[in-house]
Amino acid sequence: MWKWLHPYANPEVSYHFAGRMLPWFTALAALLLSIGLVWALAFAPADYQQGDSFRIFYLHVPAASLSMGIYLGMAIAAFTSIVWQLKLADASAAAMAPVGAVFTTIALITGAAWGKPMWGTWWIWDARLTSELILLFLYLGVMALHNAFEDKHLAGKAAGILTLVGVINVPIIKYSVEWWNTLHQGSTISKMGKPSISTDMLWPFLFCFLGFVMLVAAIICIRFRSEVLARNSIRPWVQVLVATQVASKENK
Amino acid sequence: MNPRRKKRLTIVASLLIGIGVVSGLVLYALSQNIDLFYTPSEITQGKKGSGLKPSIGQRIRIGGLVVPGSVQRDPNNLKVTFKLSDMKMPIVFDKNDLLISVYYDGILPDLFREGQGIVANGTLIRGKSGALHVEASEVLAKHDENYMPTELADSDGKIHKKLEYSNTQLNNKY
Repeated sequence: MWKWLHPYANPEVSYHFAGRMLPWFTALAALLLSIGLVWALAFAPADYQQGDSFRIFYLHVPAASLSMGIYLGMAIAAFTSIVWQLKLADASAAAMAPVGAVFTTIALITGAAWGKPMWGTWWIWDARLTSELILLFLYLGVMALHNAFEDKHLAGKAAGILTLVGVINVPIIKYSVEWWNTLHQGSTISKMGKPSISTDMLWPFLFCFLGFVMLVAAIICIRFRSEVLARNSIRPWVQVLVATQVASKENK
Repeated sequence: MNPRRKKRLTIVASLLIGIGVVSGLVLYALSQNIDLFYTPSEITQGKKGSGLKPSIGQRIRIGGLVVPGSVQRDPNNLKVTFKLSDMKMPIVFDKNDLLISVYYDGILPDLFREGQGIVANGTLIRGKSGALHVEASEVLAKHDENYMPTELADSDGKIHKKLEYSNTQLNNKY
């Protein structure tokens, strides 16, 4: 069943595969984000209660859901790395962690900027905001562990265990607004039944969301490639690759 | 799957299950402390399950919907009182709702409206008449997850009445 995946355990194959995917992700991200953001920020109707302040939704919600999505991706990578001892899974987890940390920070900052005019406060220690802050700390811890050891295999193992322990935080963030009384409102998009947003506001959101997903995919491809190169720098295929790159630069 | 991988898979799976169970129990035990606020009915009747009630003089947060018609502003200053009822969907106000009054002296957030969810931070006080009220030092607006353009909200009758100011307040505006 999983036989088709086996060639990608080879770093060289995966490196080139990520390289082939990169232009597609980049192009789609540029296309979707330029349509989506202009539509969302300039043409989508203003909210009946919040007016134009509502538009930060188009940045805040994709950033927040991606901060959880990237964490789940990292957890899957950590899981395969620990069970199947795949070195590449470590490289991809290391590639994902800083991207997730940045998106968590974006979600927290845009959330604060939205909270001040609407709620009347930048920050409140309710379950949603606190668990999202813990997610940021988890990302920072994983990044620190990946860089704490000379031996990348050992570092991947330590960071992987932290990632798996922290994965319990993801459902807590997701359902915090349902399980407890919070100042943060409930989910608009990802809930059972119809999203509680009007259609002409939903479409630009879908463009923005998919655009950010593609952007994240592109950034992770770039980071994954450099992680693979750094971890395999003594392999002949990397040295051949570098030699050809240098040669083509000198010829120009 | 070879035995070593199987062993690691068992270890990782039991680790995950263990963490899940532990954090589930911890969160369940702490659930009342994780709630950001008490609802009006929880203040009078206690939390569901545990019956935990805030005591008089305790600093608490109260969250609820501003009962329409209950907002009273002092024309001479920023003092305002309003009643809160429990948040529920769909939003309907009933005579039998348990209400708690909130006294506040300060600037209300822009989203403060009748029928709007708010969270107030203050002290629980038993008034002279024996009724409980909250003297708030901070009022935060809680908006819901529904977003729609003005025209749509208008046709649904969701636009709330505009705030009414007394003549003195209007005259002193500038």
